[in-house]
Amino acid sequence: MLASDTTYLPLPMHLSAQTHYQAELDAGRFCIQRCPQCQNHVFTPRELCPHCGTGGLRWVRASGLGTVYSTSTVARKQDAGGNYNVALIDLQEGVRMMSRVEGLAPEAVAIGLRVQAHVAQKDGRGLVLFQPAAQGGAA
Amino acid sequence: MSRIPRSHLDAAAVNRPLRGRVAIAGAATYGCGEAPGMDDMTLLVRAAQAAVQDAGLSMQDIDGLATCSVNASMWPMPVIEHLGINPTYVDGTMIGGSSFIAHLLPAIRALEAGQCKAVLVCYGSAQRSATFGRKESQAARRFLDPQPYEFPYEPVLPVTAYALAAARHMHEFGTTRTQLAEVAVAARAWAQQNPEAFMRDPLTIEDVLAARPIASPLTVRDCCLVTDGGGAIVLTRAERARDLARPPVYVLGNATAIWNRQISCMPDLTTTSASQSGAQAFAMAGLKAADMDMAQVYDAFTINTILFLEDLGFCAKGEGGAFVENGGIAPGGRLAVNTNGGGLSCVHPGMYGIFALIEAVRQLRGEAGTRQLKRHSTAVVHGNGGTLSSQSTAVLGTAETL
Repeated sequence: MLASDTTYLPLPMHLSAQTHYQAELDAGRFCIQRCPQCQNHVFTPRELCPHCGTGGLRWVRASGLGTVYSTSTVARKQDAGGNYNVALIDLQEGVRMMSRVEGLAPEAVAIGLRVQAHVAQKDGRGLVLFQPAAQGGAA
Repeated sequence: MSRIPRSHLDAAAVNRPLRGRVAIAGAATYGCGEAPGMDDMTLLVRAAQAAVQDAGLSMQDIDGLATCSVNASMWPMPVIEHLGINPTYVDGTMIGGSSFIAHLLPAIRALEAGQCKAVLVCYGSAQRSATFGRKESQAARRFLDPQPYEFPYEPVLPVTAYALAAARHMHEFGTTRTQLAEVAVAARAWAQQNPEAFMRDPLTIEDVLAARPIASPLTVRDCCLVTDGGGAIVLTRAERARDLARPPVYVLGNATAIWNRQISCMPDLTTTSASQSGAQAFAMAGLKAADMDMAQVYDAFTINTILFLEDLGFCAKGEGGAFVENGGIAPGGRLAVNTNGGGLSCVHPGMYGIFALIEAVRQLRGEAGTRQLKRHSTAVVHGNGGTLSSQSTAVLGTAETL
Protein backbone atom coordinates (compact mmCIF):
# COMPACT_ATOMS: atom_id res chain seq x y z
CA MET A 1 0.00 0.00 0.00
CA LEU A 2 1.23 3.44 -0.92
CA ALA A 3 1.67 6.08 1.72
CA SER A 4 -0.75 8.27 -0.21
CA ASP A 5 -3.53 5.71 0.35
CA THR A 6 -3.75 6.56 4.02
CA THR A 7 -2.62 10.17 4.09
CA TYR A 8 -5.82 12.17 3.78
CA LEU A 9 -5.37 15.86 3.28
CA PRO A 10 -7.56 18.47 4.98
CA LEU A 11 -11.01 18.84 3.41
CA PRO A 12 -11.55 22.45 2.22
CA MET A 13 -15.33 22.78 2.57
CA HIS A 14 -15.37 26.36 1.36
CA LEU A 15 -13.93 25.62 -2.08
CA SER A 16 -15.34 23.88 -5.12
CA ALA A 17 -13.53 20.69 -5.99
CA GLN A 18 -12.19 22.29 -9.14
CA THR A 19 -10.86 25.32 -7.28
CA HIS A 20 -9.10 23.11 -4.73
CA TYR A 21 -7.68 20.81 -7.40
CA GLN A 22 -6.23 23.76 -9.29
CA ALA A 23 -4.90 25.44 -6.12
CA GLU A 24 -3.02 22.25 -5.25
CA LEU A 25 -1.60 22.07 -8.77
CA ASP A 26 -0.56 25.72 -8.58
CA ALA A 27 1.38 24.77 -5.45
CA GLY A 28 2.98 21.90 -7.35
CA ARG A 29 0.90 19.06 -5.86
CA PHE A 30 -1.13 16.57 -7.94
CA CYS A 31 -4.10 15.46 -5.83
CA ILE A 32 -7.12 13.33 -6.64
CA GLN A 33 -10.16 12.44 -4.57
CA ARG A 34 -10.99 9.29 -2.66
CA CYS A 35 -14.33 8.16 -1.28
CA PRO A 36 -14.29 7.71 2.52
CA GLN A 37 -17.12 5.16 2.20
CA CYS A 38 -16.27 2.78 -0.68
CA GLN A 39 -12.56 3.72 -0.83
CA ASN A 40 -12.58 4.16 -4.62
CA HIS A 41 -10.46 6.93 -6.05
CA VAL A 42 -12.36 9.57 -8.01
CA PHE A 43 -11.36 11.75 -10.99
CA THR A 44 -12.41 14.20 -12.39
CA PRO A 45 -12.91 16.19 -9.14
CA ARG A 46 -16.53 16.44 -7.98
CA GLU A 47 -18.87 16.55 -4.96
CA LEU A 48 -20.28 13.03 -4.89
CA CYS A 49 -18.70 9.60 -5.26
CA PRO A 50 -19.88 8.25 -8.66
CA HIS A 51 -19.68 4.70 -7.29
CA CYS A 52 -21.76 4.96 -4.10
CA GLY A 53 -23.15 8.51 -3.95
CA THR A 54 -21.33 9.50 -0.78
CA GLY A 55 -20.32 13.13 -0.27
CA GLY A 56 -17.31 14.48 1.55
CA LEU A 57 -14.71 13.06 -0.81
CA ARG A 58 -11.17 13.33 0.59
CA TRP A 59 -8.11 14.61 -1.22
CA VAL A 60 -5.07 12.35 -1.51
CA ARG A 61 -1.76 12.78 -3.29
CA ALA A 62 -1.77 10.89 -6.60
CA SER A 63 1.04 8.43 -7.20
CA GLY A 64 1.45 9.87 -10.68
CA LEU A 65 2.13 6.45 -12.15
CA GLY A 66 -0.01 5.48 -15.06
CA THR A 67 -0.45 3.78 -18.42
CA VAL A 68 -1.48 5.30 -21.73
CA TYR A 69 -5.06 4.14 -22.45
CA SER A 70 -5.36 6.00 -25.75
CA THR A 71 -3.42 8.59 -27.67
CA SER A 72 -3.76 10.96 -30.61
CA THR A 73 -1.40 13.24 -32.46
CA VAL A 74 -3.17 16.53 -33.12
CA ALA A 75 -2.00 18.17 -36.32
CA ARG A 76 -0.79 21.76 -35.95
CA LYS A 77 1.20 23.94 -38.30
CA GLN A 78 4.93 23.99 -37.67
CA ASP A 79 5.02 27.76 -37.13
CA ALA A 80 2.26 27.43 -34.51
CA GLY A 81 4.30 24.90 -32.54
CA GLY A 82 3.90 21.74 -34.61
CA ASN A 83 2.05 18.52 -33.84
CA TYR A 84 1.28 17.67 -30.23
CA ASN A 85 0.05 14.77 -28.17
CA VAL A 86 -3.29 14.34 -26.40
CA ALA A 87 -3.60 11.17 -24.33
CA LEU A 88 -5.87 9.45 -21.86
CA ILE A 89 -3.89 8.09 -18.93
CA ASP A 90 -5.09 5.35 -16.58
CA LEU A 91 -3.59 6.10 -13.17
CA GLN A 92 -2.69 3.16 -11.00
CA GLU A 93 -5.31 4.37 -8.47
CA GLY A 94 -7.95 3.26 -11.00
CA VAL A 95 -8.99 6.59 -12.48
CA ARG A 96 -8.52 8.05 -15.97
CA MET A 97 -7.50 11.55 -16.99
CA MET A 98 -6.72 13.51 -20.12
CA SER A 99 -3.18 14.81 -20.36
CA ARG A 100 -0.18 15.15 -22.64
CA VAL A 101 2.84 12.86 -22.77
CA GLU A 102 6.05 14.72 -23.43
CA GLY A 103 9.69 13.69 -23.71
CA LEU A 104 9.18 11.83 -26.98
CA ALA A 105 7.70 12.59 -30.36
CA PRO A 106 3.88 12.80 -30.26
CA GLU A 107 3.67 10.00 -32.84
CA ALA A 108 5.84 7.78 -30.60
CA VAL A 109 3.39 7.82 -27.69
CA ALA A 110 1.83 4.35 -27.71
CA ILE A 111 -1.08 2.73 -25.93
CA GLY A 112 0.28 0.71 -23.00
CA LEU A 113 3.27 3.00 -22.41
CA ARG A 114 4.05 3.38 -18.69
CA VAL A 115 4.21 7.04 -17.74
CA GLN A 116 4.96 9.23 -14.73
CA ALA A 117 3.24 12.51 -13.90
CA HIS A 118 4.82 15.81 -13.01
CA VAL A 119 3.25 19.18 -12.35
CA ALA A 120 4.33 21.79 -14.85
CA GLN A 121 3.61 25.50 -14.52
CA LYS A 122 2.02 27.10 -17.56
CA ASP A 123 0.91 30.74 -17.56
CA GLY A 124 1.19 30.68 -13.77
CA ARG A 125 -1.13 27.70 -13.36
CA GLY A 126 -0.20 24.13 -12.47
CA LEU A 127 -0.81 21.48 -15.12
CA VAL A 128 -0.33 17.70 -14.88
CA LEU A 129 1.85 16.37 -17.69
CA PHE A 130 3.40 12.94 -18.17
CA GLN A 131 6.65 11.52 -19.45
CA PRO A 132 7.76 7.93 -19.96
CA ALA A 133 8.34 6.20 -16.61
CA ALA A 134 11.91 5.22 -15.79
CA GLN A 135 12.63 1.54 -16.42
CA GLY A 136 11.97 -0.54 -13.30
CA GLY A 137 10.41 2.47 -11.56
CA ALA A 138 8.16 2.46 -8.54
CA ALA A 139 5.44 0.61 -10.50
CA MET B 1 -11.94 3.61 -15.76
CA SER B 2 -15.31 3.74 -14.09
CA ARG B 3 -17.53 0.75 -14.63
CA ILE B 4 -20.03 0.58 -17.47
CA PRO B 5 -23.37 1.59 -15.91
CA ARG B 6 -26.35 -0.74 -15.82
CA SER B 7 -29.96 0.29 -16.35
CA HIS B 8 -32.82 -1.36 -14.52
CA LEU B 9 -35.52 -0.15 -16.93
CA ASP B 10 -37.50 -3.05 -18.38
CA ALA B 11 -38.30 -1.22 -21.63
CA ALA B 12 -40.28 -4.16 -23.01
CA ALA B 13 -42.63 -4.07 -20.01
CA VAL B 14 -42.83 -0.31 -19.50
CA ASN B 15 -42.78 1.06 -23.05
CA ARG B 16 -44.16 -1.73 -25.27
CA PRO B 17 -47.72 -0.36 -24.81
CA LEU B 18 -46.52 2.81 -26.60
CA ARG B 19 -45.19 0.86 -29.59
CA GLY B 20 -46.68 2.21 -32.79
CA ARG B 21 -49.08 4.55 -30.95
CA VAL B 22 -47.52 7.62 -32.58
CA ALA B 23 -46.42 8.17 -36.16
CA ILE B 24 -44.32 10.61 -38.12
CA ALA B 25 -46.95 12.25 -40.30
CA GLY B 26 -44.77 14.85 -42.00
CA ALA B 27 -41.08 15.41 -42.70
CA ALA B 28 -38.98 17.93 -44.62
CA THR B 29 -35.55 19.47 -44.97
CA TYR B 30 -34.70 22.97 -46.14
CA GLY B 31 -31.52 24.67 -47.31
CA CYS B 32 -29.18 21.72 -46.87
CA GLY B 33 -25.64 22.45 -48.00
CA GLU B 34 -24.89 26.14 -48.39
CA ALA B 35 -27.52 28.75 -47.62
CA PRO B 36 -25.76 32.13 -47.71
CA GLY B 37 -27.78 34.98 -46.27
CA MET B 38 -29.78 32.58 -44.09
CA ASP B 39 -29.80 32.24 -40.34
CA ASP B 40 -30.67 29.37 -37.99
CA MET B 41 -34.25 30.49 -37.45
CA THR B 42 -35.09 31.00 -41.11
CA LEU B 43 -33.84 27.52 -42.01
CA LEU B 44 -35.80 26.04 -39.09
CA VAL B 45 -39.04 27.83 -39.94
CA ARG B 46 -38.90 26.94 -43.63
CA ALA B 47 -38.22 23.28 -42.81
CA ALA B 48 -41.01 23.36 -40.21
CA GLN B 49 -43.49 24.89 -42.64
CA ALA B 50 -42.62 22.28 -45.27
CA ALA B 51 -42.98 19.40 -42.77
CA VAL B 52 -46.38 20.68 -41.58
CA GLN B 53 -47.55 21.02 -45.20
CA ASP B 54 -46.21 17.54 -45.95
CA ALA B 55 -48.46 16.22 -43.17
CA GLY B 56 -51.45 18.07 -44.63
CA LEU B 57 -51.74 20.28 -41.56
CA SER B 58 -51.42 24.00 -40.93
CA MET B 59 -49.09 25.64 -38.43
CA GLN B 60 -52.13 26.44 -36.26
CA ASP B 61 -52.60 22.68 -35.80
CA ILE B 62 -49.23 22.43 -34.05
CA ASP B 63 -49.70 22.38 -30.27
CA GLY B 64 -46.50 20.62 -29.27
CA LEU B 65 -42.88 21.67 -29.85
CA ALA B 66 -39.50 19.98 -29.43
CA THR B 67 -36.42 21.91 -30.50
CA CYS B 68 -32.97 22.99 -29.38
CA SER B 69 -30.01 24.99 -30.59
CA VAL B 70 -26.24 24.72 -30.27
CA ASN B 71 -25.96 28.39 -29.30
CA ALA B 72 -29.22 29.55 -27.69
CA SER B 73 -30.12 28.01 -24.33
CA MET B 74 -33.72 29.39 -24.41
CA TRP B 75 -34.31 28.41 -28.02
CA PRO B 76 -37.94 27.15 -27.78
CA MET B 77 -39.14 30.68 -26.95
CA PRO B 78 -38.02 32.47 -30.14
CA VAL B 79 -39.09 29.41 -32.14
CA ILE B 80 -42.62 29.72 -30.67
CA GLU B 81 -42.54 33.42 -31.50
CA HIS B 82 -41.48 32.86 -35.11
CA LEU B 83 -43.88 29.98 -35.74
CA GLY B 84 -46.80 31.85 -34.16
CA ILE B 85 -47.92 28.82 -32.17
CA ASN B 86 -49.21 28.31 -28.62
CA PRO B 87 -47.96 24.86 -27.65
CA THR B 88 -49.24 23.03 -24.56
CA TYR B 89 -46.25 20.69 -24.75
CA VAL B 90 -42.68 22.04 -24.97
CA ASP B 91 -39.43 20.02 -24.89
CA GLY B 92 -36.19 22.00 -25.10
CA THR B 93 -33.93 19.12 -24.13
CA MET B 94 -30.46 19.77 -25.53
CA ILE B 95 -28.11 16.78 -25.44
CA GLY B 96 -26.25 17.46 -28.67
CA GLY B 97 -26.89 15.82 -32.00
CA SER B 98 -29.01 13.00 -30.58
CA SER B 99 -31.54 15.51 -29.21
CA PHE B 100 -34.17 15.25 -31.94
CA ILE B 101 -34.28 11.46 -31.62
CA ALA B 102 -34.41 11.77 -27.83
CA HIS B 103 -37.39 14.11 -28.26
CA LEU B 104 -39.52 11.20 -29.54
CA LEU B 105 -40.44 9.23 -26.42
CA PRO B 106 -41.50 12.22 -24.27
CA ALA B 107 -43.57 13.47 -27.23
CA ILE B 108 -45.20 10.05 -27.58
CA ARG B 109 -46.20 10.14 -23.91
CA ALA B 110 -47.58 13.68 -24.28
CA LEU B 111 -49.60 12.73 -27.38
CA GLU B 112 -50.92 9.58 -25.69
CA ALA B 113 -51.88 11.53 -22.56
CA GLY B 114 -53.80 14.10 -24.60
CA GLN B 115 -51.48 16.92 -23.61
CA CYS B 116 -51.25 17.86 -27.30
CA LYS B 117 -52.32 16.61 -30.73
CA ALA B 118 -49.44 17.42 -33.09
CA VAL B 119 -45.79 17.79 -32.08
CA LEU B 120 -43.30 19.58 -34.32
CA VAL B 121 -39.68 18.45 -33.86
CA CYS B 122 -37.47 20.97 -35.64
CA TYR B 123 -33.94 22.26 -36.10
CA GLY B 124 -32.06 24.74 -38.22
CA SER B 125 -28.47 25.90 -38.41
CA ALA B 126 -26.56 28.17 -40.77
CA GLN B 127 -23.25 27.29 -39.16
CA ARG B 128 -21.45 27.15 -42.50
CA SER B 129 -22.63 30.55 -43.75
CA ALA B 130 -23.48 32.53 -40.61
CA THR B 131 -21.25 35.39 -39.47
CA PHE B 132 -21.37 34.01 -35.92
CA GLY B 133 -20.31 30.59 -37.06
CA ARG B 134 -18.82 27.43 -35.70
CA LYS B 135 -15.47 28.95 -34.68
CA GLU B 136 -17.01 31.75 -32.65
CA SER B 137 -19.55 29.38 -31.14
CA GLN B 138 -16.80 27.03 -29.99
CA ALA B 139 -14.82 29.90 -28.48
CA ALA B 140 -17.89 31.11 -26.56
CA ARG B 141 -18.66 27.61 -25.28
CA ARG B 142 -15.23 27.42 -23.67
CA PHE B 143 -16.67 29.88 -21.15
CA LEU B 144 -20.34 28.90 -21.17
CA ASP B 145 -19.79 25.13 -20.98
CA PRO B 146 -16.26 24.65 -19.60
CA GLN B 147 -14.45 21.33 -19.48
CA PRO B 148 -11.62 22.31 -17.12
CA TYR B 149 -10.03 18.86 -17.03
CA GLU B 150 -9.68 18.63 -20.82
CA PHE B 151 -9.33 22.13 -22.31
CA PRO B 152 -5.85 22.79 -20.83
CA TYR B 153 -4.49 19.95 -23.00
CA GLU B 154 -5.88 21.58 -26.15
CA PRO B 155 -7.83 18.69 -27.61
CA VAL B 156 -9.44 19.94 -30.81
CA LEU B 157 -12.98 19.00 -29.90
CA PRO B 158 -14.93 17.13 -30.91
CA VAL B 159 -12.52 15.41 -33.33
CA THR B 160 -9.76 14.55 -30.83
CA ALA B 161 -12.24 12.67 -28.63
CA TYR B 162 -13.29 10.49 -31.56
CA ALA B 163 -9.67 10.05 -32.58
CA LEU B 164 -8.92 8.66 -29.11
CA ALA B 165 -11.85 6.25 -29.44
CA ALA B 166 -10.66 5.16 -32.89
CA ALA B 167 -7.09 4.60 -31.67
CA ARG B 168 -8.34 2.45 -28.79
CA HIS B 169 -10.66 0.45 -31.07
CA MET B 170 -7.74 -0.22 -33.42
CA HIS B 171 -5.57 -1.28 -30.46
CA GLU B 172 -8.10 -3.63 -28.88
CA PHE B 173 -9.65 -5.22 -31.95
CA GLY B 174 -7.18 -4.77 -34.78
CA THR B 175 -9.52 -2.42 -36.61
CA THR B 176 -7.56 -0.94 -39.51
CA ARG B 177 -7.17 2.52 -41.00
CA THR B 178 -8.56 1.11 -44.24
CA GLN B 179 -11.69 -0.14 -42.49
CA LEU B 180 -12.34 3.34 -41.12
CA ALA B 181 -11.92 4.72 -44.64
CA GLU B 182 -14.50 2.20 -45.92
CA VAL B 183 -17.12 4.07 -43.87
CA ALA B 184 -16.39 7.38 -45.60
CA VAL B 185 -16.24 5.75 -49.05
CA ALA B 186 -19.58 4.00 -48.52
CA ALA B 187 -21.20 7.25 -47.37
CA ARG B 188 -19.94 8.99 -50.50
CA ALA B 189 -21.27 6.22 -52.75
CA TRP B 190 -24.74 6.71 -51.22
CA ALA B 191 -24.41 10.50 -51.49
CA GLN B 192 -23.76 10.18 -55.21
CA GLN B 193 -27.32 8.87 -55.51
CA ASN B 194 -28.80 11.71 -53.48
CA PRO B 195 -29.32 15.05 -55.27
CA GLU B 196 -29.57 16.78 -51.85
CA ALA B 197 -26.12 15.58 -50.73
CA PHE B 198 -23.43 18.25 -50.36
CA MET B 199 -20.37 16.21 -51.43
CA ARG B 200 -20.88 13.93 -54.41
CA ASP B 201 -17.42 13.74 -56.02
CA PRO B 202 -15.89 10.26 -56.26
CA LEU B 203 -13.99 9.22 -53.12
CA THR B 204 -11.59 6.28 -52.77
CA ILE B 205 -9.98 4.63 -49.76
CA GLU B 206 -6.67 6.07 -50.93
CA ASP B 207 -8.20 9.56 -50.97
CA VAL B 208 -9.29 9.19 -47.35
CA LEU B 209 -5.92 7.87 -46.20
CA ALA B 210 -4.00 10.61 -48.03
CA ALA B 211 -6.26 13.44 -46.86
CA ARG B 212 -5.05 16.13 -44.47
CA PRO B 213 -4.34 14.69 -40.99
CA ILE B 214 -6.48 16.23 -38.24
CA ALA B 215 -5.99 14.08 -35.14
CA SER B 216 -4.45 10.68 -35.66
CA PRO B 217 -5.69 8.24 -36.76
CA LEU B 218 -8.33 10.48 -38.38
CA THR B 219 -7.95 12.61 -41.51
CA VAL B 220 -10.28 15.34 -42.68
CA ARG B 221 -12.21 12.78 -44.77
CA ASP B 222 -13.01 10.83 -41.59
CA CYS B 223 -14.83 13.93 -40.32
CA CYS B 224 -18.38 15.06 -40.96
CA LEU B 225 -19.18 18.07 -43.10
CA VAL B 226 -19.85 21.59 -41.90
CA THR B 227 -22.98 22.65 -43.78
CA ASP B 228 -26.13 24.67 -43.36
CA GLY B 229 -29.55 23.06 -43.17
CA GLY B 230 -32.92 22.75 -41.51
CA GLY B 231 -35.05 19.70 -40.79
CA ALA B 232 -38.41 19.00 -39.19
CA ILE B 233 -40.90 16.21 -38.55
CA VAL B 234 -44.50 16.22 -37.33
CA LEU B 235 -45.73 13.60 -34.84
CA THR B 236 -49.38 12.71 -34.27
CA ARG B 237 -51.23 9.80 -32.73
CA ALA B 238 -51.37 6.85 -35.11
CA GLU B 239 -55.15 7.07 -35.62
CA ARG B 240 -54.87 10.65 -36.77
CA ALA B 241 -51.81 10.01 -38.94
CA ARG B 242 -53.78 7.42 -40.92
CA ASP B 243 -56.24 10.16 -41.95
CA LEU B 244 -53.52 12.61 -43.00
CA ALA B 245 -51.80 13.19 -46.34
CA ARG B 246 -48.78 10.89 -46.19
CA PRO B 247 -48.20 7.21 -45.35
CA PRO B 248 -47.54 7.12 -41.57
CA VAL B 249 -44.13 6.05 -40.33
CA TYR B 250 -44.73 4.51 -36.92
CA VAL B 251 -42.39 4.97 -33.97
CA LEU B 252 -41.97 1.42 -32.66
CA GLY B 253 -39.26 2.08 -30.11
CA ASN B 254 -37.12 4.83 -28.62
CA ALA B 255 -34.62 5.08 -25.77
CA THR B 256 -31.85 7.45 -24.71
CA ALA B 257 -28.73 6.89 -22.60
CA ILE B 258 -26.04 9.25 -21.29
CA TRP B 259 -23.10 7.96 -19.28
CA ASN B 260 -20.67 10.89 -19.40
CA ARG B 261 -19.91 14.29 -20.91
CA GLN B 262 -16.14 14.32 -21.25
CA ILE B 263 -14.39 11.66 -23.30
CA SER B 264 -11.97 11.21 -20.37
CA CYS B 265 -14.95 10.18 -18.19
CA MET B 266 -16.26 7.58 -20.66
CA PRO B 267 -16.01 4.18 -18.94
CA ASP B 268 -14.79 2.28 -22.03
CA LEU B 269 -13.94 4.06 -25.28
CA THR B 270 -14.99 1.06 -27.35
CA THR B 271 -18.48 0.61 -25.86
CA THR B 272 -20.89 3.54 -26.09
CA SER B 273 -24.19 4.02 -24.28
CA ALA B 274 -25.79 3.10 -27.63
CA SER B 275 -25.51 -0.44 -26.26
CA GLN B 276 -28.11 0.59 -23.66
CA SER B 277 -30.30 2.90 -25.78
CA GLY B 278 -30.29 0.36 -28.61
CA ALA B 279 -31.24 -2.57 -26.39
CA GLN B 280 -34.07 -0.59 -24.77
CA ALA B 281 -35.39 0.78 -28.07
CA PHE B 282 -35.39 -2.70 -29.62
CA ALA B 283 -37.03 -4.11 -26.46
CA MET B 284 -39.82 -1.54 -26.75
CA ALA B 285 -40.26 -2.43 -30.43
CA GLY B 286 -40.05 -6.19 -29.89
CA LEU B 287 -37.53 -6.32 -32.74
CA LYS B 288 -33.79 -6.79 -33.13
CA ALA B 289 -31.03 -5.50 -35.36
CA ALA B 290 -31.41 -8.43 -37.76
CA ASP B 291 -35.02 -7.33 -38.41
CA MET B 292 -33.93 -3.92 -39.72
CA ASP B 293 -34.01 -3.09 -43.43
CA MET B 294 -31.67 -0.14 -42.90
CA ALA B 295 -29.65 1.76 -40.31
CA GLN B 296 -29.42 5.56 -40.30
CA VAL B 297 -26.70 6.29 -37.71
CA TYR B 298 -25.01 9.53 -36.75
CA ASP B 299 -21.65 9.33 -38.53
CA ALA B 300 -19.96 12.42 -37.12
CA PHE B 301 -16.69 10.55 -37.68
CA THR B 302 -15.95 7.23 -39.39
CA ILE B 303 -15.37 5.43 -36.07
CA ASN B 304 -18.96 6.28 -35.03
CA THR B 305 -20.54 4.05 -37.64
CA ILE B 306 -18.36 1.10 -36.60
CA LEU B 307 -19.08 1.66 -32.88
CA PHE B 308 -22.84 1.99 -33.41
CA LEU B 309 -23.16 -1.04 -35.71
CA GLU B 310 -21.54 -3.03 -32.90
CA ASP B 311 -23.43 -1.45 -30.01
CA LEU B 312 -26.80 -1.72 -31.79
CA GLY B 313 -26.21 -5.43 -32.34
CA PHE B 314 -25.54 -5.72 -36.09
CA CYS B 315 -22.27 -7.48 -35.27
CA ALA B 316 -20.28 -8.46 -32.20
CA LYS B 317 -18.06 -5.98 -30.35
CA GLY B 318 -14.81 -5.63 -32.26
CA GLU B 319 -16.21 -6.92 -35.56
CA GLY B 320 -17.43 -3.57 -36.88
CA GLY B 321 -14.32 -3.08 -39.00
CA ALA B 322 -14.82 -6.40 -40.79
CA PHE B 323 -18.55 -5.63 -41.13
CA VAL B 324 -17.94 -2.48 -43.19
CA GLU B 325 -15.12 -3.99 -45.28
CA ASN B 326 -15.42 -4.58 -49.04
CA GLY B 327 -18.38 -2.24 -49.41
CA GLY B 328 -20.31 -3.90 -46.58
CA ILE B 329 -22.42 -0.78 -45.92
CA ALA B 330 -22.18 0.78 -49.39
CA PRO B 331 -24.99 0.45 -51.97
CA GLY B 332 -25.43 -3.27 -52.65
CA GLY B 333 -23.69 -4.23 -49.40
CA ARG B 334 -24.85 -6.45 -46.55
CA LEU B 335 -26.68 -3.61 -44.76
CA ALA B 336 -27.93 -0.26 -46.06
CA VAL B 337 -26.37 2.38 -43.78
CA ASN B 338 -26.82 6.15 -44.10
CA THR B 339 -28.52 6.00 -47.46
CA ASN B 340 -28.56 9.80 -47.84
CA GLY B 341 -24.76 10.00 -47.56
CA GLY B 342 -24.85 10.73 -43.82
CA GLY B 343 -23.11 13.49 -41.95
CA LEU B 344 -19.93 12.55 -43.79
CA SER B 345 -21.19 13.38 -47.29
CA CYS B 346 -24.81 14.64 -47.24
CA VAL B 347 -25.52 17.23 -44.57
CA HIS B 348 -24.17 18.20 -41.14
CA PRO B 349 -25.27 21.55 -39.75
CA GLY B 350 -23.86 21.06 -36.24
CA MET B 351 -26.44 18.50 -35.12
CA TYR B 352 -27.49 15.68 -37.47
CA GLY B 353 -30.11 13.65 -35.57
CA ILE B 354 -33.18 15.12 -37.30
CA PHE B 355 -31.69 14.40 -40.74
CA ALA B 356 -31.17 10.71 -39.93
CA LEU B 357 -34.85 10.54 -38.97
CA ILE B 358 -35.94 12.28 -42.17
CA GLU B 359 -33.91 9.95 -44.40
CA ALA B 360 -35.51 6.95 -42.68
CA VAL B 361 -38.96 8.45 -43.29
CA ARG B 362 -38.19 8.97 -46.99
CA GLN B 363 -36.93 5.40 -47.37
CA LEU B 364 -39.83 3.86 -45.43
CA ARG B 365 -42.33 5.81 -47.54
CA GLY B 366 -40.60 4.64 -50.71
CA GLU B 367 -39.79 8.13 -51.95
CA ALA B 368 -35.97 7.99 -51.95
CA GLY B 369 -35.49 8.13 -55.73
CA THR B 370 -32.60 6.23 -57.27
CA ARG B 371 -31.26 5.28 -53.82
CA GLN B 372 -34.59 3.74 -52.77
CA LEU B 373 -34.14 0.39 -51.01
CA LYS B 374 -36.12 -2.60 -52.24
CA ARG B 375 -37.00 -3.66 -48.70
CA HIS B 376 -38.18 -0.69 -46.68
CA SER B 377 -40.44 -1.73 -43.80
CA THR B 378 -38.16 -1.20 -40.81
CA ALA B 379 -35.39 1.21 -39.87
CA VAL B 380 -33.20 1.88 -36.90
CA VAL B 381 -32.21 5.53 -36.48
CA HIS B 382 -29.42 6.34 -34.08
CA GLY B 383 -28.25 9.70 -32.79
CA ASN B 384 -25.06 10.67 -30.99
CA GLY B 385 -24.32 13.84 -29.07
CA GLY B 386 -21.33 15.59 -27.51
CA THR B 387 -18.20 13.46 -27.67
CA LEU B 388 -19.75 9.98 -27.64
CA SER B 389 -21.68 11.39 -24.66
CA SER B 390 -25.39 11.01 -25.43
CA GLN B 391 -26.99 8.25 -27.46
CA SER B 392 -30.58 7.91 -28.61
CA THR B 393 -32.02 5.09 -30.69
CA ALA B 394 -35.36 4.94 -32.52
CA VAL B 395 -36.97 1.99 -34.29
CA LEU B 396 -39.37 2.99 -37.06
CA GLY B 397 -41.69 0.92 -39.21
CA THR B 398 -44.43 1.02 -41.85
CA ALA B 399 -48.03 -0.11 -41.32
CA GLU B 400 -47.12 -3.76 -41.94
CA THR B 401 -44.89 -3.78 -38.83
CA LEU B 402 -47.76 -2.97 -36.45
